[in-house]
Amino acid sequence: MKIQGKTEYKATSNACKLCSPLGASLVFRGIENCVPLLHGSQGCSTYIRRYLISHFNEPVDIASSNFTEETAVFGGAANLKLAMDNIIEQYHPDLIGVATTCLSETIGDDVPLILRDYIRDNRNGDNTAIVPVSTPSYSGTHIDGFHGAVRATVDAIAEKKNRAGMNINIFPGMMSPADHRHLKEILSDFGVGYHMLPDYSQTLDGPMWSEYQKIQEGGTPIKQIASMGDASASIEIGRILSETKSAGKLLAERFEVPCHNLGLPIGIKETDAFFDAVSTITGKPMPEKYSEERGRLVDAYVDGHKYVFEARAVLYGEEDLVVGLASFLSEIGVIPVLCASGGKSGHLKGKLCQVVDEFDAKGIEVLDGVDLVEIGDVAKEISPDFFIGSSKGYKIAREMSKPLIRIGFPIHDRMGGARIVHIGYRGAQQLFDIISNTILAARQDASPVGYAYM
Amino acid sequence: MELMPKEKTAEETDFRKDIDPQGVKKEIMDKYPPKVARKRSKQFIVNKKVDEENYEEIQANVRTIPGIISQRGCCYAGCKGVVMGPTRDIINLTHGPIGCGFYSWLTRRNQTDPSTTPDHDNFMTYCFSTDMQDREIVFGGEKKLKAAIQEAYDIFKPKMISVFSTCPVGLIGDDVHAVSREMEEKLGITIFGFSCEGYKGVSQSAGHHVANNGLFMHVIGKDDTVQEGEYKVNLLGEYNIGGDGFEIDRVLNACGIKIISTFSGNSSVDHFANSHTSDLNLVMCHRSINYVADMMEQKFGIPWIKINFIGARATSDSLRKIAQYYGDQKLIDRVEEVIAKEMAPVEKAQAEIRPRLEGKVAMMFVGGSRAHHYQELFSEMGMKTLAAGYEFAHRDDYEGRHVLPRVKVDADSRNIDELEIHKDPERYHPRIDEKELEAEERHGIMLKAYEGMMADMEEGSSFSIDDISQYETEKMIELYKPDIFCAGVKEKYMVQKQGVPMKQLHSYDSGGPYAAYKGAVNFYHEIDRMINTKVWSYIRAPWEKNPELAAMYANE
Repeated sequence: MKIQGKTEYKATSNACKLCSPLGASLVFRGIENCVPLLHGSQGCSTYIRRYLISHFNEPVDIASSNFTEETAVFGGAANLKLAMDNIIEQYHPDLIGVATTCLSETIGDDVPLILRDYIRDNRNGDNTAIVPVSTPSYSGTHIDGFHGAVRATVDAIAEKKNRAGMNINIFPGMMSPADHRHLKEILSDFGVGYHMLPDYSQTLDGPMWSEYQKIQEGGTPIKQIASMGDASASIEIGRILSETKSAGKLLAERFEVPCHNLGLPIGIKETDAFFDAVSTITGKPMPEKYSEERGRLVDAYVDGHKYVFEARAVLYGEEDLVVGLASFLSEIGVIPVLCASGGKSGHLKGKLCQVVDEFDAKGIEVLDGVDLVEIGDVAKEISPDFFIGSSKGYKIAREMSKPLIRIGFPIHDRMGGARIVHIGYRGAQQLFDIISNTILAARQDASPVGYAYM
Repeated sequence: MELMPKEKTAEETDFRKDIDPQGVKKEIMDKYPPKVARKRSKQFIVNKKVDEENYEEIQANVRTIPGIISQRGCCYAGCKGVVMGPTRDIINLTHGPIGCGFYSWLTRRNQTDPSTTPDHDNFMTYCFSTDMQDREIVFGGEKKLKAAIQEAYDIFKPKMISVFSTCPVGLIGDDVHAVSREMEEKLGITIFGFSCEGYKGVSQSAGHHVANNGLFMHVIGKDDTVQEGEYKVNLLGEYNIGGDGFEIDRVLNACGIKIISTFSGNSSVDHFANSHTSDLNLVMCHRSINYVADMMEQKFGIPWIKINFIGARATSDSLRKIAQYYGDQKLIDRVEEVIAKEMAPVEKAQAEIRPRLEGKVAMMFVGGSRAHHYQELFSEMGMKTLAAGYEFAHRDDYEGRHVLPRVKVDADSRNIDELEIHKDPERYHPRIDEKELEAEERHGIMLKAYEGMMADMEEGSSFSIDDISQYETEKMIELYKPDIFCAGVKEKYMVQKQGVPMKQLHSYDSGGPYAAYKGAVNFYHEIDRMINTKVWSYIRAPWEKNPELAAMYANE
């Protein structure tokens, strides 16, 4: 299908991406006893907190070096050091993750240098680990901040001490806390040791407190990050990520830890690939529990395929999420007629071709570096059956009276964004049911008769 | 949700009386490094009168200490998000990297009704940004800004475009004002820029001031059409969150009072442009909008009075105040009729919920006026506010405007322009006797007067806490175990995790309206459900497991 109404816009309207310090903050919230610190104006930390909090429904503390006009002129070193002092004194963290902002990057603050000074001046009495990461919000998107923080953390902390034992490093990328939890469950069921970075399964989806927690419990322990150089292998999730300077590549280059790059395990095909990789590394077969889950999923596909087959979806989000979902949608017979992302790695279309069968024949439109107005323009031309992506697509979905299935980030108009399982056979099962039921409900509502029986 | 009124034992309700507030303050300050403690203790006050007129001084509108997690936002947030955000027919264009625009994308739940302006324009569901990239940081972003303005004009043909500067803009030297002037000339619509870079000032308060200045210079007074109507007012500092403004409009309409413009809930550029033709300015959120009120008085001779439509009693008091200001018997009678009619269902609701809420304790830390206004609403439910504070207010919002001459203006505030306003040679005409304007009093109503929050709080046993930190919040909850805590989404879950009901008073969770009469009834029922829901029976707060925690600070 040839899309007519595509306009080249100058401004970005209703962006389909967030800024890079948000991604970095999210990673640091997935490290045990870690406080994220944004080096910039306090607005950055407040805005990013309010966004993360409204999605996860959990407290998210992010400190700031609170630039004033004076700081912007004379540099942020004094503010950053003072912020470090106060965080250490109040929180006694194991790690402080320092992410920059467009403000400190524009004035050219040399954060690693300031932090070296800080340590040299013996102000880091607790010997708190410090990880700086450069996240100017005028470069890339939140996903670049996310992967940048993972790599910076590994770069600063991972070592090789020739410790014995089988361990897998796993870099899951930006998934839901429930996804992180599911990954850990799978690896535990394989009976293999693992170090997952980040791991916000508990910090961003935790229970009620029995006593006040300054920093929420959970997250990857620093010790585990330190021993990543000794792991038997790394699994890095994200087909787009595999094209970048990733943490997994760093470990491969520096410590010769072999790195397996996989797609997001959404749907049967990509989940099979994930289990195959774990089996290859560990030499163990897929645990029975998961063969059963897989069996039930195939059974559900058989039962439900007639309802979803040839439905047409508009899909948007981070590039890796889009690739993973497109793979899943096409295996259940849904055509992802528009695959769009605010990210612009240059690899989106290529990766989609790898995971979607008969990609060219399906007339799939791929748009990268776009916003939701552009997505809406194209969506109006192709009139899909449903949208699938974050809450930010609601405006278009409402205008077109089409259902929006909320997945990914941010979800701030529904409960449970943190609890959505996207990955594994279990995640595919849930997504399959939601998609089938959304389509059934739309047909039922549109029917003049309104049958209450499939 | 099923209600399960929880009987509090006498012991439980009495324990707060035994706590020494000064001891609590000392305990909290002791944990800070000495320098931080010195500064914070000036912002952490046990409310107390020092003489007939004055309360103990609170330090406010000062810098937040780096590394102390605060709930404050930035100058850009105050300008774009708060004041300019709720106007439906302005294209608000953020000049900067993508984050700032994205994070201020209708997050405050401001409602608007486009059917009331002829063109039905509504751009509020959009978020426009120049999405600056590396190349603009290096080579300048003016070219892209111009192109974005042109594009917005071509697509939407708006009446007005405003441009918001984010942090890097000021640093790389982009002149948003020059670009705006150039494009205004070219396109023939109102276009102007705001220098609201995030690092300016100490909080979003600086941004309110910048926004007030921009509105006053570029929009207010552009349309001299005099509209029909007897009692013409502007409502200042009402942002129509959760539909508050709609409910206030309903009540004012019933009284025969005509709103020319609201700043800025449910507003249109046209309303702003015409707002200088009204008789009176009603100031709701003093902090965010008092600049416009003062400037309109100086330039056009429009007096302002402070009102509050949060709480049924406060609404009635405010209506009576307006009627008395006009001194017109017809209006006075009409207002009394409206109050009598509106209060009947309110009193019925009060009778229903009060037995379950009487004596309960609230804490609230919100913005620049709600922490004061909502105390009225809670007191109507028989509840007491034990601690309250603002994120970004100034001393006058706590202690009252009479302290203004004594407020020290520091370097951070001096960075924000104070406009010099003169009487408009043609359009200045005092709405009331010049003598009344000068005496700042008419018919016994004080003009330009705001008593501040402390005047409404119990002396000796309640706290005013400015820019409360995460740590102080945690300690206050632990020590006083409030029955409800009100703040924003950033504090919401850390409060709820401790088993304390939490009401969001920035954007109201998904609720509202809470203003005026129907809003009050909504609020009573919601707070009743929140405090008495069965959900709390499934959990035990930390101190219920650990009773010595509660006793520890008593009688110190």
